[in-house]
Amino acid sequence: MRYTKPQSGLTRRRLLQGATAATAAGLILPASYRAARAEPQQGGTFRIGLGHGNSTDSYDPGLIDNLYAQVFAAARHNQLIEVDSDGQLIGEIAESWESDDGQTWVFHIRQGVTFHSGKDVTVEDVIASLNHHRGDDATSAIKQFFDPVTEIRADGNSVVITLDAPNGDFAYLMSDYHLAIMPGTDGRIDPSSSDGCGPYVVENFEPGVEATLNRFPDYWKSHRGHFDRVEILAILDSAARLNALMTGQVDLIDQIDPATIDMLEARGVANILSIPGNAHYCFPMDSRASPFSDNNVRLALKYAIDRQQMVDTILGGHGAVSNDNPIGPANRYFYADMEEKTFDPDRARFHLREAGMDSLTVDLHVADAAFSGAVDAGSLFSETAAQAGITLNLIREPNDGYWDNVWMQKPFVASYWGGRAVEDHMFTTGYAAGASWNDSFWEHERFNELLVQARSEVNEDLRREMYQEMQRLVSFEGSVVIPMYNNYVMATATNVATPERVSANWNLDGFRCVERWWFT
Amino acid sequence: MHAVLVMIAQRLALGGLTLFVVSVVIFGATELLPGDLASTLLGQAATPETVAALRRQLGLEDPAPVRYWNWLTGVLQGDFGTSLATRRPIADMLSARLGNTIFLALYAAAIAVPLSLCLGILAALWRNSIFDRVANAGALSAISFPEFFIAYILIFLLAQSGAFPSMVRLSPAMSFGDKLYVTFLPALTLTLVVTAHMMRMTRAAIINLMASPYIEMARLKGLSPLRIVLRHALPNALAPIINVIAINLAYLITGVVVVEVVFVYPGLGQLMVDSVSKRDIAVVQAIALIFASAYVLLNLTADVLSTLTNPRLMRRK
Repeated sequence: MRYTKPQSGLTRRRLLQGATAATAAGLILPASYRAARAEPQQGGTFRIGLGHGNSTDSYDPGLIDNLYAQVFAAARHNQLIEVDSDGQLIGEIAESWESDDGQTWVFHIRQGVTFHSGKDVTVEDVIASLNHHRGDDATSAIKQFFDPVTEIRADGNSVVITLDAPNGDFAYLMSDYHLAIMPGTDGRIDPSSSDGCGPYVVENFEPGVEATLNRFPDYWKSHRGHFDRVEILAILDSAARLNALMTGQVDLIDQIDPATIDMLEARGVANILSIPGNAHYCFPMDSRASPFSDNNVRLALKYAIDRQQMVDTILGGHGAVSNDNPIGPANRYFYADMEEKTFDPDRARFHLREAGMDSLTVDLHVADAAFSGAVDAGSLFSETAAQAGITLNLIREPNDGYWDNVWMQKPFVASYWGGRAVEDHMFTTGYAAGASWNDSFWEHERFNELLVQARSEVNEDLRREMYQEMQRLVSFEGSVVIPMYNNYVMATATNVATPERVSANWNLDGFRCVERWWFT
Repeated sequence: MHAVLVMIAQRLALGGLTLFVVSVVIFGATELLPGDLASTLLGQAATPETVAALRRQLGLEDPAPVRYWNWLTGVLQGDFGTSLATRRPIADMLSARLGNTIFLALYAAAIAVPLSLCLGILAALWRNSIFDRVANAGALSAISFPEFFIAYILIFLLAQSGAFPSMVRLSPAMSFGDKLYVTFLPALTLTLVVTAHMMRMTRAAIINLMASPYIEMARLKGLSPLRIVLRHALPNALAPIINVIAINLAYLITGVVVVEVVFVYPGLGQLMVDSVSKRDIAVVQAIALIFASAYVLLNLTADVLSTLTNPRLMRRK
């Protein structure tokens, strides 16, 4: 097999622009579809077929860990804050919020909102809901978000949260999908209850099979929640999902195999939505372990990967090249002008020599549990690396137990990130020294300094500079190879309408397709 | 008749012992798998503190023998416990899915057993004819394809045109006829998978007998070939046929997870796979017991029936 370098005139920026334009073209829809878009209509049963969902799923918001649970939660719950289609924060159960110093945050709770059970949403309910994720006994996946929180208290119709240090982006964390607002009794919520204040009331939930919900007549958002009924089905087999959409048994499916997208489009029975976001696929290296402790070795690997080819073959073009940057084009401070890294075997060899090596042999542990196509991406990587004198031994691991026994256990693995709406959120979870998901065990003095400074910086320009320097540090001195941003690809029946802009923050319109979309 | 009753009692006692051994083996095997429920439930988000807290809440801190003993005493009192992952009573979780699994197994068996018996008898009757060859080749190719491939072919031929649904959604309100209609494709897939085995055994058992002197006698008496096969050969060939049918029925109950996935059928197989991957031991144990009981009971039934059909076995001793 022969690999050619990307043409010299093609810059990374143009590539990104190209990808965006291509995506936009894919979204151009028939005139009738566009016209119908103006006026959302009420009614219909929206049936969603998702490639996730286990018979072990539960109602506990702290244990939400897959797309099925996320969409199901968005259908029955509200959070304090919502991220809108443009990535901006808008109030949900918190009508507004403020902070003078970034350390004390006041969230004013919206009045007149009721739970499905008929009870009013009070400040106490909000505090109980937040405390479900906080404290020694908490079993929530986002327990660590609340580590800096020293106090949560009520003040009239407001909730006051005090942090141990200023964080200008704290409000963003309150939009996390785990933070469902549920009714509290004696300061605790009942995690086995389906009660919430979201757009739909749960009628029946059979974990791993289906959930059926009916519109909540007293929902406080009059302009949202257009369907009379929502049915969320777990369809794990990708061919079964496609069949269900083509034969009209469901109206929306996720996770479409890139190989089948063109065929589906050609049949004209479905609209394909390909939404670029911040989600990315990556290969973290343990920066404490030899040989990855040498930045030259890490750079050699970064120049030995053909990013464009990854996007073309692994994502079928539904994605964009990433410059080892976990901050994506949908982020506020995305560093688009950063010096790009192309596939350059000579440069990789140069860095190897700098590290005092003629050749390099490392093991790469992969499984499709990391991301769909991870095994293929690994073999593609090892093919290109071979041209730079690097032998990548591909070790295929079982999907079962991958996150326990391989990720953060073996020195060089495949992984993925769903992306985050804010830079601080991404860096704090995955790159800060000592963070529990810092999967490259990377500790960089300057980076960690900047991370703390940027949180409390109020000058927008300075803040941008800081975040851009951090992106540069991660890209050129960090220990994660990030070849690509993957689009969220979904397909709908032709009578499903979406708003003009579909959110790039998380899949399926930020999980909110159930309340933002409608039937024409 | 007395001999049969003694045999049933002995077999049931042995069956109980088998179930006990199965539960120990399954428990031990699940213990050997890396990770536990707490870490798999949290997945990528598992931090040591969160896992420890969840483990405390779920009672996973006790040593394995203690947990097994607690489980066993519960089961002996008829309490399967609650699922560790969903905190729902296991009996509730299983009942609907067990019903679905048995419905599909019986549906497939109701098509497959008469079909394979007829084909087997006719193939034996017209041995080496075109019919025999076509039936054999057809059944063997059906069994040679992987189940999911047959399922996809059937979906392509029968579901994409809209004749049958490709995805099975059952609701309690459905009429029996509707249920038969929506589960037709999975039942047909399973039929194609199990027919060959039963048909070939029927054919072989009958042909085996056709060389015996008493069949030759019957032929010399001038009986018609059909009568010879049905009245003289078949009753003596029943024992092996019954055994093969029992094994295939057990397979229809326990081994259809692939078909369940392709047709999104909410049966026990999918639940078992999910529970194993999440290490939800209580659910795994309960399903394993159901599967083991299915094998024990079907084998017992097969043995009793073959004894009853064979007077020589009945009068022994």
